[in-house]
Amino acid sequence: MSRLAANLRAALVYGLLSLAAFLSIFPFFWMLVGTTNTAADIIKGKVSFGGALSQNISNLFAQVDMLQVFWNSAFLAVVGTILTLAVSSLAGYAFEMFQSKTRERLFSVLLLILSIPFAAIMVPLFVMMAKLKLINTFTAILLPIIASVFIIFYFRQATKAFPRELRDAAKIDGLKEWQIFIYIYLPVMRSTYAAAIIIVFLANWNNYLWPLIVLQTNENKTLTLVISSLASSYYPDYGVVMVATVLATLPTVIVFFLLQRRFVEGLTGSIK
Amino acid sequence: MAKSRIGRAEQLNGWLFIAPALVLLGIFMIYPILWSLWMSFQTGRGMNYSFGGFANIIRLTEDPVFIRALTNTGIFLVVQVPIMIVLALLFAAALNNPNLRFRGFFRTAIFLPCVTSLVAYSILFKSMFASDGVINDLAMVLRLMDAPISWLGDPFWARVVIILAITWRWTGYNMIFYLAAMQNIDKSIYEAARIDGVPAWARFVYITLPMLKPVILFTTVISTIGTLQLFDEVNNITLGGPSDSTLTLSLYIYNLTFKFMPSFGYAATVSYVIVLLVAVLSYLQFLVARDRKA
Repeated sequence: MSRLAANLRAALVYGLLSLAAFLSIFPFFWMLVGTTNTAADIIKGKVSFGGALSQNISNLFAQVDMLQVFWNSAFLAVVGTILTLAVSSLAGYAFEMFQSKTRERLFSVLLLILSIPFAAIMVPLFVMMAKLKLINTFTAILLPIIASVFIIFYFRQATKAFPRELRDAAKIDGLKEWQIFIYIYLPVMRSTYAAAIIIVFLANWNNYLWPLIVLQTNENKTLTLVISSLASSYYPDYGVVMVATVLATLPTVIVFFLLQRRFVEGLTGSIK
Repeated sequence: MAKSRIGRAEQLNGWLFIAPALVLLGIFMIYPILWSLWMSFQTGRGMNYSFGGFANIIRLTEDPVFIRALTNTGIFLVVQVPIMIVLALLFAAALNNPNLRFRGFFRTAIFLPCVTSLVAYSILFKSMFASDGVINDLAMVLRLMDAPISWLGDPFWARVVIILAITWRWTGYNMIFYLAAMQNIDKSIYEAARIDGVPAWARFVYITLPMLKPVILFTTVISTIGTLQLFDEVNNITLGGPSDSTLTLSLYIYNLTFKFMPSFGYAATVSYVIVLLVAVLSYLQFLVARDRKA
Protein backbone atom coordinates (compact mmCIF):
# COMPACT_ATOMS: atom_id res chain seq x y z
CA MET A 1 0.00 0.00 0.00
CA SER A 2 2.70 2.47 0.96
CA ARG A 3 4.57 1.44 -2.15
CA LEU A 4 1.53 2.30 -4.20
CA ALA A 5 1.36 5.68 -2.46
CA ALA A 6 5.05 6.27 -3.18
CA ASN A 7 4.54 5.36 -6.84
CA LEU A 8 1.54 7.66 -7.10
CA ARG A 9 3.53 10.46 -5.56
CA ALA A 10 6.41 9.93 -7.97
CA ALA A 11 3.96 9.89 -10.89
CA LEU A 12 2.46 13.16 -9.68
CA VAL A 13 5.86 14.84 -9.28
CA TYR A 14 7.14 13.68 -12.68
CA GLY A 15 3.81 14.52 -14.28
CA LEU A 16 3.78 18.06 -12.94
CA LEU A 17 7.45 18.69 -13.75
CA SER A 18 6.99 17.34 -17.27
CA LEU A 19 3.97 19.58 -17.79
CA ALA A 20 5.92 22.58 -16.49
CA ALA A 21 8.88 21.74 -18.72
CA PHE A 22 6.59 21.33 -21.74
CA LEU A 23 4.84 24.65 -21.10
CA SER A 24 8.20 26.37 -20.57
CA ILE A 25 9.71 25.07 -23.79
CA PHE A 26 6.63 25.24 -26.02
CA PRO A 27 6.88 29.00 -26.82
CA PHE A 28 10.51 28.44 -27.98
CA PHE A 29 9.34 25.64 -30.24
CA TRP A 30 6.50 27.88 -31.41
CA MET A 31 9.00 30.60 -32.24
CA LEU A 32 11.19 28.23 -34.32
CA VAL A 33 8.20 26.73 -36.13
CA GLY A 34 6.90 30.24 -36.75
CA THR A 35 10.00 31.25 -38.68
CA THR A 36 9.12 28.63 -41.30
CA ASN A 37 5.44 29.50 -41.66
CA THR A 38 3.48 32.27 -43.32
CA ALA A 39 1.70 34.88 -41.21
CA ALA A 40 -1.67 33.35 -42.09
CA ASP A 41 -0.57 29.90 -40.90
CA ILE A 42 0.86 31.28 -37.64
CA ILE A 43 -2.36 33.09 -36.81
CA LYS A 44 -4.25 29.85 -37.49
CA GLY A 45 -2.03 28.04 -35.00
CA LYS A 46 -0.05 25.76 -37.34
CA VAL A 47 2.44 23.82 -35.19
CA SER A 48 4.37 21.99 -37.93
CA PHE A 49 7.33 23.27 -39.90
CA GLY A 50 6.47 24.92 -43.21
CA GLY A 51 8.42 26.14 -46.22
CA ALA A 52 8.34 29.91 -45.77
CA LEU A 53 11.65 30.36 -43.95
CA SER A 54 13.65 31.90 -46.78
CA GLN A 55 10.70 34.10 -47.74
CA ASN A 56 10.39 35.35 -44.15
CA ILE A 57 14.12 36.04 -43.91
CA SER A 58 14.23 37.97 -47.16
CA ASN A 59 11.06 39.90 -46.22
CA LEU A 60 12.65 40.90 -42.91
CA PHE A 61 15.87 42.07 -44.54
CA ALA A 62 13.86 43.94 -47.18
CA GLN A 63 11.84 45.81 -44.53
CA VAL A 64 14.57 46.53 -42.02
CA ASP A 65 18.28 47.29 -42.25
CA MET A 66 19.04 44.32 -39.98
CA LEU A 67 22.80 44.78 -40.04
CA GLN A 68 22.44 48.32 -38.72
CA VAL A 69 19.83 47.28 -36.15
CA PHE A 70 21.92 44.37 -34.90
CA TRP A 71 24.95 46.65 -34.66
CA ASN A 72 22.94 49.23 -32.67
CA SER A 73 21.81 46.61 -30.15
CA ALA A 74 25.27 45.06 -29.88
CA PHE A 75 26.99 48.44 -29.54
CA LEU A 76 24.67 49.62 -26.77
CA ALA A 77 24.88 46.30 -24.93
CA VAL A 78 28.69 46.00 -25.14
CA VAL A 79 29.64 49.63 -24.50
CA GLY A 80 26.96 49.91 -21.82
CA THR A 81 28.27 46.81 -20.07
CA ILE A 82 31.90 47.98 -20.12
CA LEU A 83 31.05 51.45 -18.79
CA THR A 84 28.65 50.15 -16.15
CA LEU A 85 31.16 47.65 -14.84
CA ALA A 86 34.00 50.18 -14.82
CA VAL A 87 32.11 52.87 -12.91
CA SER A 88 29.95 50.71 -10.66
CA SER A 89 32.50 48.06 -9.67
CA LEU A 90 34.99 50.82 -8.78
CA ALA A 91 32.38 52.40 -6.50
CA GLY A 92 31.34 49.08 -4.95
CA TYR A 93 35.00 48.25 -4.24
CA ALA A 94 35.64 51.66 -2.66
CA PHE A 95 32.52 51.61 -0.47
CA GLU A 96 33.82 48.40 1.08
CA MET A 97 37.58 49.12 1.07
CA PHE A 98 37.65 52.73 2.24
CA GLN A 99 34.97 53.08 4.84
CA SER A 100 34.00 56.35 6.44
CA LYS A 101 30.92 57.59 8.26
CA THR A 102 29.90 59.99 5.49
CA ARG A 103 30.24 57.34 2.81
CA GLU A 104 28.25 54.84 4.88
CA ARG A 105 25.43 57.37 5.06
CA LEU A 106 25.64 57.94 1.31
CA PHE A 107 25.49 54.20 0.77
CA SER A 108 22.24 53.96 2.76
CA VAL A 109 20.78 56.70 0.58
CA LEU A 110 21.81 54.69 -2.49
CA LEU A 111 20.04 51.61 -1.13
CA LEU A 112 16.85 53.66 -0.85
CA ILE A 113 17.18 54.56 -4.54
CA LEU A 114 17.36 50.87 -5.40
CA SER A 115 13.59 50.56 -5.11
CA ILE A 116 12.72 53.68 -7.12
CA PRO A 117 10.99 52.42 -10.26
CA PHE A 118 12.22 53.66 -13.63
CA ALA A 119 8.73 54.92 -14.44
CA ALA A 120 9.19 57.54 -11.72
CA ILE A 121 12.20 59.13 -13.38
CA MET A 122 11.58 58.59 -17.08
CA VAL A 123 9.62 61.80 -17.58
CA PRO A 124 12.25 64.11 -16.04
CA LEU A 125 15.02 62.12 -17.75
CA PHE A 126 13.32 62.62 -21.09
CA VAL A 127 12.89 66.36 -20.53
CA MET A 128 16.53 66.58 -19.42
CA MET A 129 17.77 64.75 -22.53
CA ALA A 130 15.58 66.95 -24.73
CA LYS A 131 17.10 70.08 -23.18
CA LEU A 132 20.60 68.68 -23.67
CA LYS A 133 19.65 67.90 -27.31
CA LEU A 134 20.53 64.25 -26.77
CA ILE A 135 17.27 62.72 -28.04
CA ASN A 136 18.02 60.09 -30.72
CA THR A 137 21.56 59.58 -29.48
CA PHE A 138 23.16 56.55 -27.87
CA THR A 139 24.66 58.88 -25.27
CA ALA A 140 21.17 59.48 -23.90
CA ILE A 141 20.63 55.70 -23.58
CA LEU A 142 23.97 55.11 -21.88
CA LEU A 143 24.27 58.05 -19.43
CA PRO A 144 21.51 57.00 -17.00
CA ILE A 145 22.53 53.31 -16.89
CA ILE A 146 26.28 53.60 -16.29
CA ALA A 147 26.02 54.10 -12.54
CA SER A 148 23.88 51.20 -11.36
CA VAL A 149 23.02 51.05 -7.67
CA PHE A 150 22.34 47.34 -8.02
CA ILE A 151 25.81 46.63 -9.46
CA ILE A 152 27.49 48.88 -6.87
CA PHE A 153 25.69 46.92 -4.15
CA TYR A 154 26.59 43.63 -5.85
CA PHE A 155 30.30 44.50 -5.94
CA ARG A 156 30.31 45.78 -2.39
CA GLN A 157 28.91 42.44 -1.22
CA ALA A 158 31.44 40.50 -3.31
CA THR A 159 34.35 42.65 -2.08
CA LYS A 160 33.72 41.43 1.48
CA ALA A 161 35.24 38.12 0.31
CA PHE A 162 38.30 39.80 -1.26
CA PRO A 163 41.41 38.94 0.83
CA ARG A 164 42.66 42.18 2.39
CA GLU A 165 46.16 40.74 2.83
CA LEU A 166 46.56 40.93 -0.95
CA ARG A 167 46.00 44.66 -0.82
CA ASP A 168 48.33 45.11 2.17
CA ALA A 169 51.08 43.11 0.44
CA ALA A 170 50.67 45.13 -2.76
CA LYS A 171 50.88 48.36 -0.78
CA ILE A 172 54.14 47.26 0.81
CA ASP A 173 55.40 46.55 -2.70
CA GLY A 174 54.64 50.19 -3.49
CA LEU A 175 51.56 49.82 -5.69
CA LYS A 176 49.18 52.77 -5.80
CA GLU A 177 45.50 52.29 -5.02
CA TRP A 178 44.41 52.42 -8.67
CA GLN A 179 47.13 49.90 -9.56
CA ILE A 180 45.90 47.58 -6.81
CA PHE A 181 42.40 47.82 -8.25
CA ILE A 182 43.48 47.08 -11.82
CA TYR A 183 46.30 44.57 -11.33
CA ILE A 184 45.13 42.71 -8.21
CA TYR A 185 41.40 43.19 -7.60
CA LEU A 186 40.23 42.75 -11.22
CA PRO A 187 41.93 39.40 -11.88
CA VAL A 188 41.07 38.00 -8.44
CA MET A 189 37.39 38.91 -8.81
CA ARG A 190 36.98 37.70 -12.38
CA SER A 191 34.09 35.34 -11.58
CA THR A 192 32.21 38.21 -9.92
CA TYR A 193 32.82 40.23 -13.06
CA ALA A 194 31.64 37.36 -15.26
CA ALA A 195 28.35 37.14 -13.38
CA ALA A 196 27.91 40.92 -13.45
CA ILE A 197 28.67 41.03 -17.17
CA ILE A 198 25.86 38.56 -17.83
CA ILE A 199 23.35 40.51 -15.74
CA VAL A 200 24.20 43.89 -17.26
CA PHE A 201 24.59 42.64 -20.83
CA LEU A 202 21.18 40.95 -20.77
CA ALA A 203 19.52 44.01 -19.23
CA ASN A 204 21.03 46.25 -21.92
CA TRP A 205 20.38 43.88 -24.82
CA ASN A 206 16.72 43.55 -23.80
CA ASN A 207 16.18 47.16 -22.71
CA TYR A 208 12.91 48.47 -24.11
CA LEU A 209 11.18 51.36 -22.37
CA TRP A 210 14.06 53.88 -22.28
CA PRO A 211 15.19 53.25 -25.89
CA LEU A 212 11.52 53.41 -26.95
CA ILE A 213 11.34 56.91 -25.52
CA VAL A 214 14.73 58.18 -26.69
CA LEU A 215 15.39 56.53 -30.07
CA GLN A 216 12.88 57.71 -32.62
CA THR A 217 14.61 57.41 -35.99
CA ASN A 218 14.92 54.20 -37.98
CA GLU A 219 18.73 54.41 -38.20
CA ASN A 220 19.31 54.07 -34.48
CA LYS A 221 16.55 51.64 -33.46
CA THR A 222 17.55 48.52 -31.54
CA LEU A 223 16.46 44.96 -32.24
CA THR A 224 13.96 45.05 -29.38
CA LEU A 225 12.35 48.21 -30.75
CA VAL A 226 12.20 46.76 -34.26
CA ILE A 227 10.48 43.57 -33.09
CA SER A 228 8.01 45.58 -31.09
CA SER A 229 7.13 47.86 -33.98
CA LEU A 230 6.94 44.98 -36.50
CA ALA A 231 4.48 43.15 -34.23
CA SER A 232 2.37 46.17 -33.39
CA SER A 233 1.03 46.88 -36.87
CA TYR A 234 -2.63 46.06 -37.40
CA TYR A 235 -1.88 42.91 -39.41
CA PRO A 236 1.61 41.94 -38.27
CA ASP A 237 3.57 39.64 -40.58
CA TYR A 238 4.31 37.10 -37.86
CA GLY A 239 6.64 35.03 -40.03
CA VAL A 240 8.94 38.04 -40.33
CA VAL A 241 8.46 38.86 -36.63
CA MET A 242 9.46 35.32 -35.63
CA VAL A 243 12.73 35.52 -37.59
CA ALA A 244 13.56 38.80 -35.85
CA THR A 245 12.60 37.32 -32.47
CA VAL A 246 14.93 34.37 -33.02
CA LEU A 247 17.76 36.80 -33.88
CA ALA A 248 17.08 38.73 -30.66
CA THR A 249 16.81 35.64 -28.48
CA LEU A 250 19.68 33.61 -29.92
CA PRO A 251 22.55 35.60 -28.34
CA THR A 252 21.05 35.38 -24.87
CA VAL A 253 20.29 31.67 -25.20
CA ILE A 254 23.89 31.05 -26.34
CA VAL A 255 25.28 33.09 -23.42
CA PHE A 256 23.03 31.13 -21.09
CA PHE A 257 24.15 27.69 -22.27
CA LEU A 258 27.83 28.67 -22.38
CA LEU A 259 27.86 30.18 -18.92
CA GLN A 260 24.96 28.39 -17.27
CA ARG A 261 26.62 28.04 -13.87
CA ARG A 262 27.85 31.65 -13.77
CA PHE A 263 24.47 32.77 -15.04
CA VAL A 264 22.64 31.21 -12.13
CA GLU A 265 25.31 32.40 -9.69
CA GLY A 266 24.93 35.86 -11.10
CA LEU A 267 21.20 35.93 -10.61
CA THR A 268 21.24 34.56 -7.09
CA GLY A 269 24.60 35.98 -6.03
CA SER A 270 23.15 39.28 -4.93
CA ILE A 271 21.49 37.81 -1.86
CA LYS A 272 24.41 35.82 -0.52
CA MET B 1 51.85 61.79 11.89
CA ALA B 2 52.59 59.10 9.35
CA LYS B 3 49.42 57.28 10.29
CA SER B 4 47.21 60.30 9.70
CA ARG B 5 48.78 60.84 6.28
CA ILE B 6 47.86 57.30 5.22
CA GLY B 7 44.39 57.95 6.57
CA ARG B 8 44.06 61.11 4.50
CA ALA B 9 45.25 59.30 1.35
CA GLU B 10 42.67 56.59 1.95
CA GLN B 11 39.97 59.21 2.44
CA LEU B 12 40.92 60.85 -0.84
CA ASN B 13 40.95 57.54 -2.71
CA GLY B 14 37.62 56.59 -1.17
CA TRP B 15 36.05 59.72 -2.63
CA LEU B 16 37.87 59.53 -5.98
CA PHE B 17 36.81 55.93 -6.59
CA ILE B 18 33.13 56.58 -5.96
CA ALA B 19 33.09 60.04 -7.57
CA PRO B 20 32.12 58.95 -11.12
CA ALA B 21 29.22 56.85 -9.85
CA LEU B 22 28.06 59.56 -7.43
CA VAL B 23 28.11 62.29 -10.06
CA LEU B 24 26.15 60.17 -12.53
CA LEU B 25 23.63 59.02 -9.92
CA GLY B 26 23.23 62.59 -8.73
CA ILE B 27 22.46 63.90 -12.21
CA PHE B 28 20.46 61.01 -13.65
CA MET B 29 18.76 59.58 -10.57
CA ILE B 30 18.54 61.93 -7.59
CA TYR B 31 17.89 65.08 -9.61
CA PRO B 32 15.07 63.45 -11.67
CA ILE B 33 13.46 62.10 -8.49
CA LEU B 34 13.41 65.56 -6.90
CA TRP B 35 12.40 67.20 -10.19
CA SER B 36 9.53 64.73 -10.45
CA LEU B 37 8.39 65.63 -6.94
CA TRP B 38 8.45 69.34 -7.81
CA MET B 39 6.76 68.68 -11.19
CA SER B 40 3.89 66.86 -9.52
CA PHE B 41 2.74 70.22 -8.16
CA GLN B 42 2.82 71.87 -11.59
CA THR B 43 -0.03 71.92 -14.08
CA GLY B 44 -0.07 72.72 -17.77
CA ARG B 45 0.72 71.17 -21.14
CA GLY B 46 4.12 70.61 -22.69
CA MET B 47 6.77 73.01 -21.46
CA ASN B 48 4.20 75.61 -20.35
CA TYR B 49 3.46 74.84 -16.76
CA SER B 50 2.72 76.74 -13.59
CA PHE B 51 2.30 75.98 -9.93
CA GLY B 52 -0.96 74.17 -9.34
CA GLY B 53 -0.78 73.16 -5.71
CA PHE B 54 -2.68 69.96 -5.11
CA ALA B 55 -4.55 70.20 -8.43
CA ASN B 56 -2.85 67.06 -9.77
CA ILE B 57 -3.69 65.04 -6.70
CA ILE B 58 -7.33 66.12 -6.95
CA ARG B 59 -7.25 65.23 -10.64
CA LEU B 60 -6.01 61.73 -9.70
CA THR B 61 -9.08 61.04 -7.60
CA GLU B 62 -11.38 62.19 -10.41
CA ASP B 63 -9.59 60.43 -13.26
CA PRO B 64 -11.40 57.17 -14.15
CA VAL B 65 -8.49 56.03 -16.36
CA PHE B 66 -6.04 56.40 -13.48
CA ILE B 67 -8.39 54.49 -11.15
CA ARG B 68 -8.63 51.73 -13.76
CA ALA B 69 -4.84 51.58 -14.20
CA LEU B 70 -4.42 51.42 -10.42
CA THR B 71 -7.04 48.67 -10.12
CA ASN B 72 -5.49 46.64 -12.95
CA THR B 73 -2.02 46.92 -11.44
CA GLY B 74 -3.49 45.85 -8.10
CA ILE B 75 -5.21 42.84 -9.67
CA PHE B 76 -1.99 41.73 -11.40
CA LEU B 77 -0.14 42.11 -8.12
CA VAL B 78 -2.61 40.28 -5.88
CA VAL B 79 -3.33 37.42 -8.29
CA GLN B 80 -0.04 36.89 -10.11
CA VAL B 81 2.64 37.23 -7.44
CA PRO B 82 1.19 34.60 -5.03
CA ILE B 83 0.53 32.10 -7.86
CA MET B 84 4.07 32.47 -9.14
CA ILE B 85 5.72 32.19 -5.73
CA VAL B 86 3.74 29.07 -4.79
CA LEU B 87 4.56 27.45 -8.14
CA ALA B 88 8.23 28.38 -7.82
CA LEU B 89 8.38 26.91 -4.31
CA LEU B 90 6.74 23.67 -5.46
CA PHE B 91 9.13 23.26 -8.40
CA ALA B 92 12.11 24.07 -6.21
CA ALA B 93 10.99 21.52 -3.59
CA ALA B 94 10.57 18.83 -6.26
CA LEU B 95 13.94 19.64 -7.88
CA ASN B 96 15.74 19.72 -4.54
CA ASN B 97 15.32 15.94 -4.27
CA PRO B 98 18.76 14.51 -5.20
CA ASN B 99 17.18 11.21 -6.32
CA LEU B 100 15.01 12.91 -8.90
CA ARG B 101 15.78 11.76 -12.42
CA PHE B 102 16.27 14.32 -15.26
CA ARG B 103 16.84 16.99 -12.61
CA GLY B 104 19.17 19.07 -14.78
CA PHE B 105 16.75 18.91 -17.70
CA PHE B 106 13.74 20.01 -15.64
CA ARG B 107 15.69 22.81 -13.98
CA THR B 108 17.05 24.15 -17.26
CA ALA B 109 13.67 23.86 -19.00
CA ILE B 110 11.77 25.73 -16.28
CA PHE B 111 14.49 28.38 -16.06
CA LEU B 112 14.79 28.89 -19.83
CA PRO B 113 11.96 31.49 -20.16
CA CYS B 114 14.16 33.90 -18.14
CA VAL B 115 16.61 34.29 -21.02
CA THR B 116 14.00 35.77 -23.36
CA SER B 117 13.59 39.50 -23.60
CA LEU B 118 10.31 40.86 -22.25
CA VAL B 119 9.38 42.17 -25.67
CA ALA B 120 10.22 38.91 -27.48
CA TYR B 121 8.17 36.66 -25.23
CA SER B 122 5.29 39.15 -25.19
CA ILE B 123 5.06 38.87 -28.94
CA LEU B 124 5.21 35.07 -28.80
CA PHE B 125 2.29 35.12 -26.35
CA LYS B 126 0.36 37.58 -28.48
CA SER B 127 0.65 35.30 -31.50
CA MET B 128 -0.15 32.12 -29.54
CA PHE B 129 -3.29 33.64 -28.05
CA ALA B 130 -4.66 34.90 -31.40
CA SER B 131 -8.37 34.15 -31.74
CA ASP B 132 -7.84 31.25 -34.23
CA GLY B 133 -4.45 30.58 -32.71
CA VAL B 134 -2.57 27.64 -31.31
CA ILE B 135 -3.77 27.94 -27.69
CA ASN B 136 -7.41 27.79 -28.72
CA ASP B 137 -6.62 24.82 -31.01
CA LEU B 138 -4.80 22.94 -28.24
CA ALA B 139 -7.48 23.65 -25.66
CA MET B 140 -10.18 22.43 -28.06
CA VAL B 141 -8.28 19.27 -28.92
CA LEU B 142 -7.80 18.53 -25.22
CA ARG B 143 -11.51 19.34 -24.70
CA LEU B 144 -10.66 21.96 -22.09
CA MET B 145 -13.30 24.19 -23.64
CA ASP B 146 -16.13 23.95 -26.17
CA ALA B 147 -15.73 27.16 -28.12
CA PRO B 148 -12.63 29.23 -28.90
CA ILE B 149 -12.05 32.17 -26.56
CA SER B 150 -11.32 35.63 -27.87
CA TRP B 151 -8.38 35.93 -25.48
CA LEU B 152 -7.19 39.40 -26.36
CA GLY B 153 -10.61 40.80 -27.24
CA ASP B 154 -12.23 40.17 -23.88
CA PRO B 155 -11.32 42.28 -20.81
CA PHE B 156 -11.29 39.31 -18.42
CA TRP B 157 -9.32 36.92 -20.65
CA ALA B 158 -6.87 39.64 -21.68
CA ARG B 159 -5.94 39.98 -18.02
CA VAL B 160 -5.63 36.21 -17.77
CA VAL B 161 -3.20 36.21 -20.72
CA ILE B 162 -1.05 38.90 -19.09
CA ILE B 163 -0.98 36.95 -15.82
CA LEU B 164 -0.13 33.69 -17.63
CA ALA B 165 2.62 35.45 -19.58
CA ILE B 166 4.30 36.99 -16.54
CA THR B 167 4.03 33.70 -14.66
CA TRP B 168 5.65 31.87 -17.58
CA ARG B 169 8.53 34.35 -17.72
CA TRP B 170 9.35 34.67 -14.01
CA THR B 171 8.49 31.41 -12.21
CA GLY B 172 11.82 29.80 -13.11
CA TYR B 173 13.67 32.92 -11.99
CA ASN B 174 12.13 32.72 -8.52
CA MET B 175 12.60 28.97 -8.43
CA ILE B 176 16.37 29.38 -8.84
CA PHE B 177 16.51 31.58 -5.73
CA TYR B 178 14.57 29.03 -3.67
CA LEU B 179 16.63 26.15 -4.99
CA ALA B 180 19.87 27.90 -4.06
CA ALA B 181 18.52 28.63 -0.57
CA MET B 182 17.24 25.07 -0.10
CA GLN B 183 20.65 23.67 -0.96
CA ASN B 184 22.12 25.76 1.85
CA ILE B 185 19.87 24.18 4.49
CA ASP B 186 21.71 21.69 6.68
CA LYS B 187 20.73 18.17 5.58
CA SER B 188 21.00 16.79 9.13
CA ILE B 189 17.88 18.76 10.17
CA TYR B 190 15.88 16.79 7.63
CA GLU B 191 17.51 13.54 8.72
CA ALA B 192 16.55 14.17 12.34
CA ALA B 193 12.98 15.02 11.35
CA ARG B 194 12.71 11.93 9.18
CA ILE B 195 13.94 9.69 12.00
CA ASP B 196 11.33 11.30 14.26
CA GLY B 197 8.71 10.28 11.72
CA VAL B 198 7.82 13.76 10.44
CA PRO B 199 6.09 13.34 7.05
CA ALA B 200 7.44 15.02 3.94
CA TRP B 201 4.77 17.74 3.73
CA ALA B 202 5.35 18.68 7.38
CA ARG B 203 9.10 18.85 6.82
CA PHE B 204 8.43 21.26 3.96
CA VAL B 205 6.02 23.43 5.98
CA TYR B 206 7.88 23.44 9.30
CA ILE B 207 11.52 23.28 8.21
CA THR B 208 11.91 24.43 4.60
CA LEU B 209 9.48 27.35 4.55
CA PRO B 210 10.72 29.04 7.76
CA MET B 211 14.32 28.65 6.57
CA LEU B 212 13.42 30.23 3.24
CA LYS B 213 11.63 33.20 4.76
CA PRO B 214 14.33 35.79 3.91
CA VAL B 215 14.52 34.59 0.29
CA ILE B 216 10.75 34.49 -0.06
CA LEU B 217 10.60 38.03 1.29
CA PHE B 218 13.34 39.14 -1.11
CA THR B 219 11.62 37.62 -4.15
CA THR B 220 8.23 38.98 -3.07
CA VAL B 221 9.64 42.50 -2.85
CA ILE B 222 11.40 42.13 -6.22
CA SER B 223 8.22 40.76 -7.84
CA THR B 224 6.09 43.50 -6.31
CA ILE B 225 8.39 46.21 -7.63
CA GLY B 226 8.45 44.47 -11.02
CA THR B 227 4.68 44.17 -11.22
CA LEU B 228 4.14 47.80 -10.20
CA GLN B 229 6.36 48.77 -13.15
CA LEU B 230 4.69 46.40 -15.62
CA PHE B 231 5.08 47.93 -19.07
CA ASP B 232 6.77 45.81 -21.77
CA GLU B 233 4.18 43.02 -21.67
CA VAL B 234 1.04 45.11 -21.73
CA ASN B 235 2.44 47.48 -24.33
CA ASN B 236 3.25 44.57 -26.65
CA ILE B 237 0.46 42.06 -25.99
CA THR B 238 -2.64 44.20 -25.46
CA LEU B 239 -1.58 47.87 -25.65
CA GLY B 240 -3.54 48.23 -22.42
CA GLY B 241 -6.80 47.12 -24.02
CA PRO B 242 -9.47 46.04 -24.57
CA SER B 243 -11.11 49.16 -23.12
CA ASP B 244 -8.21 49.79 -20.72
CA SER B 245 -8.69 46.43 -18.98
CA THR B 246 -4.92 45.78 -18.94
CA LEU B 247 -3.72 49.38 -18.69
CA THR B 248 -1.02 49.61 -16.01
CA LEU B 249 0.32 52.63 -14.15
CA SER B 250 3.59 52.64 -16.12
CA LEU B 251 1.76 52.41 -19.43
CA TYR B 252 -0.53 55.24 -18.35
CA ILE B 253 2.47 57.43 -17.48
CA TYR B 254 3.97 56.63 -20.87
CA ASN B 255 0.70 57.50 -22.62
CA LEU B 256 0.31 60.72 -20.66
CA THR B 257 3.81 61.82 -21.59
CA PHE B 258 4.42 60.50 -25.07
CA LYS B 259 1.07 59.61 -26.67
CA PHE B 260 -1.25 62.44 -25.70
CA MET B 261 -0.43 66.15 -25.42
CA PRO B 262 2.33 65.82 -22.83
CA SER B 263 1.20 66.59 -19.33
CA PHE B 264 4.48 66.29 -17.45
CA GLY B 265 3.14 67.48 -14.11
CA TYR B 266 0.28 65.02 -13.99
CA ALA B 267 2.48 62.17 -15.28
CA ALA B 268 4.94 62.93 -12.48
CA THR B 269 2.10 62.75 -9.96
CA VAL B 270 1.07 59.31 -11.25
CA SER B 271 4.69 58.19 -11.09
CA TYR B 272 4.87 59.21 -7.45
CA VAL B 273 1.89 56.95 -6.80
CA ILE B 274 4.15 54.07 -7.93
CA VAL B 275 6.99 55.28 -5.70
CA LEU B 276 4.60 55.48 -2.75
CA LEU B 277 3.15 52.01 -3.46
CA VAL B 278 6.64 50.47 -3.73
CA ALA B 279 7.65 52.06 -0.44
CA VAL B 280 4.49 51.11 1.45
CA LEU B 281 4.27 47.55 0.10
CA SER B 282 7.98 46.81 0.70
CA TYR B 283 7.61 48.13 4.26
CA LEU B 284 4.46 46.05 4.87
CA GLN B 285 6.14 42.92 3.56
CA PHE B 286 9.09 43.47 5.91
CA LEU B 287 6.69 43.97 8.81
CA VAL B 288 4.79 40.76 7.99
CA ALA B 289 8.03 38.80 7.74
CA ARG B 290 9.27 40.17 11.06
CA ASP B 291 6.01 39.44 12.89
CA ARG B 292 6.02 35.83 11.83
CA LYS B 293 9.54 35.40 13.05
CA ALA B 294 8.73 36.67 16.55
